[in-house]
Amino acid sequence: MESGAEILVKCLESEGVEVIFGYPGGAALEIFDALQKSKQIRNILVRHEQGAAHAANGYARVSGKVGVCLATSGPGATNLITGVATAYMDSIPMVIITGQVPSGMVGTDAFQEVDITGISDPISKHNYLVKDTKDLPRIVKEAFYIAKSGRPGPVLIDIPKDVAASLVEYKEYSRVDLRGYKPNLTGHKGQVKQVVQLITKAQRPLFCAGGGVISAQAEKELLFLAEKLQAPVVSTMMGLGSIPREHPLSLGMLGTYGLARANQATQACDLFIALGMRFDDRVTGNTQKFAPQAKIIHIDIDTAEIGKNVRADVPLVGDLKIILKQIMECLDCSKKEAWWPEVEAEVARQQANEKANENKKGKAKEQAGGRELADEVHPAEVITALNRVLPPEAIITTDVGQHQIWAAQGLNLQKPRTFISSGGLGTMGYGIPAAVGAQVAFPQRPVVVITGDGSFQMGMPELGTCLEEDLPLKIIIFNNRTLGMVKQLQDHYCEGRHVSVSFRKQPEFQYIARAYGALGLCVQKKAELSEKLAQLMRHPGLAVLEIVLAAEHNVYPMVLAGKGLDEMVSEVCVVR
Amino acid sequence: MRHTLAVLVENRPGVLSHVAGLFARRGYNIESLVVGETEDKTVSRITLVVEGDERVIEQVSKQLNKQIEVIKVNDITNEETVDRQMLLLKVTADQAARQEILQLMEIFRCRVVDIGRRSLIIEATGDEGKLEAVTQSLRPFGIKELVRTGKVAMVRGPK
Repeated sequence: MESGAEILVKCLESEGVEVIFGYPGGAALEIFDALQKSKQIRNILVRHEQGAAHAANGYARVSGKVGVCLATSGPGATNLITGVATAYMDSIPMVIITGQVPSGMVGTDAFQEVDITGISDPISKHNYLVKDTKDLPRIVKEAFYIAKSGRPGPVLIDIPKDVAASLVEYKEYSRVDLRGYKPNLTGHKGQVKQVVQLITKAQRPLFCAGGGVISAQAEKELLFLAEKLQAPVVSTMMGLGSIPREHPLSLGMLGTYGLARANQATQACDLFIALGMRFDDRVTGNTQKFAPQAKIIHIDIDTAEIGKNVRADVPLVGDLKIILKQIMECLDCSKKEAWWPEVEAEVARQQANEKANENKKGKAKEQAGGRELADEVHPAEVITALNRVLPPEAIITTDVGQHQIWAAQGLNLQKPRTFISSGGLGTMGYGIPAAVGAQVAFPQRPVVVITGDGSFQMGMPELGTCLEEDLPLKIIIFNNRTLGMVKQLQDHYCEGRHVSVSFRKQPEFQYIARAYGALGLCVQKKAELSEKLAQLMRHPGLAVLEIVLAAEHNVYPMVLAGKGLDEMVSEVCVVR
Repeated sequence: MRHTLAVLVENRPGVLSHVAGLFARRGYNIESLVVGETEDKTVSRITLVVEGDERVIEQVSKQLNKQIEVIKVNDITNEETVDRQMLLLKVTADQAARQEILQLMEIFRCRVVDIGRRSLIIEATGDEGKLEAVTQSLRPFGIKELVRTGKVAMVRGPK
């Protein structure tokens, strides 16, 4: 006879789990006790349950495995929730285990009781409240299967204390059979034929790579097709890294903060081939004005995404890797004429014009007694400097805000699963714990966190985890003493009235770093940037680099609410 | 337009709340919902009446299908179906009115299931139109209480 907790650990081991990010508590005592006996599973103690969920997320995203986190009932469980929602929005495979008060007390508002299955319902792919210890092997097996198959996502298992404690005979459960859940993997043959016809006919085809390309591991197939057709590729934020940034066919990120050339190509193409993406409003801008000349092919594993936000001329449901192979088999057409250089040339012309105007304006400002910015670091320069020092296998995580967009626009990503950012939910405080998970998955690879002064202060507790586990993260803080993205929105939508966005007083970030046994560095002037950055990357342990930036810089181009992707505003139009 | 969806789900606790919660959070309106066991004890059938255009109903069906515990979703709006709702109605009925009410109920083929000193309870089964007519005919006498089930429906023929 074995306890439920021991059976749980056995089941986790047989799923190949090697790491759990957790935080203990009364209702999870038995589980932690059993976990400690496992030779296979390493238990990483975080500093806040939200960190556990984000770390499991980061671990899953870099490794492609299912991330696992564990917390106690009540506040432990609710603290996980932002992390569960983050994983749900980005379709990240995770299993979340929570302790629960004993079955007999469920529903009595007992100490540290919350209805976590109820709370997590709208933000998880599925959840379970285990009522009988005998069900554990089946439930764990199903949870892992559901988390990683089809469209991946988080699955929560809530285990009452008595279920974890009671003794039963362990019976392995091997075959998952869910009659209501059978993901469809192969594309419908007729639809594939239609897709091939549209591609053959198209003059200006454009691929758009979403996060699905990475989770289906379809990067090679995408590259093959893009090269065969000479069709350029734009990416959503979740799709970054699916095609090397410097590949001649890669146009970078599209969307309301996308690159001008990616957005203009979207508006100019006559066939938009959406791969594993969901037409988020941050991708499309005004959907009425999205890709107006294009027929849209939408390929996704989730039927419910087809036609949800944007009409698809030809939908194709299934596993992206399988479907792209199906298309490759049927496609017999020659290279298209390169159509996007024209778009790029036009974008370059516009940008040169804007630059000229800006220079004129800048001179006028200087003469009017404006501040001299020549000495100060421009955020884009940090990204350029990073591109120089980062090896291709480096993993970059970000938080959320302006620094995230600068990174997404400018980083020279060369491999999938190297850019880890909260795309759908936009969760501040994600960067550091996600990097914890990434570093645990790959102890030998450099893991860099790009964060802001606001986000850093949300993710900061996990520095304690880095200290304890000797995780040599390299954390770069873009410090403009401002919640810059909100400030930017206030510039555009509140006539420049800035409310609750400036940090008038801030801690000394270098000292915070030192308090956690880390190297703390600060860059004030442009001239120091490359040296300090090199120093950061050379340091063998945890290190924090604060870069002081002017608060004036906004992220451009930007598509305002209700506008199409080709109606971007740039620096020149800023309300000051 | 009003749609009737027949949804087969696992007969387990929590499933109904998953389905109902889905409607609330995606902003769809349920007009009526009936749930009960089927010929297979492990399967329940939820009959839903939902208001919405084609796009909304398509999304509703897809989101329902996405739920792990949902086995099958059928839109039976345009099928030939038998559909029924039930109504229980307590109507004021003194000696003078009683006879008239009984005659009316005969016409509608309703049953009187309880007789009090000053009231009757009427049970009526039928489609929406019939139940509406029954209610209207009894209104002049004074309706004291009224409960109605949602709609259950079954496709005609061998399917």
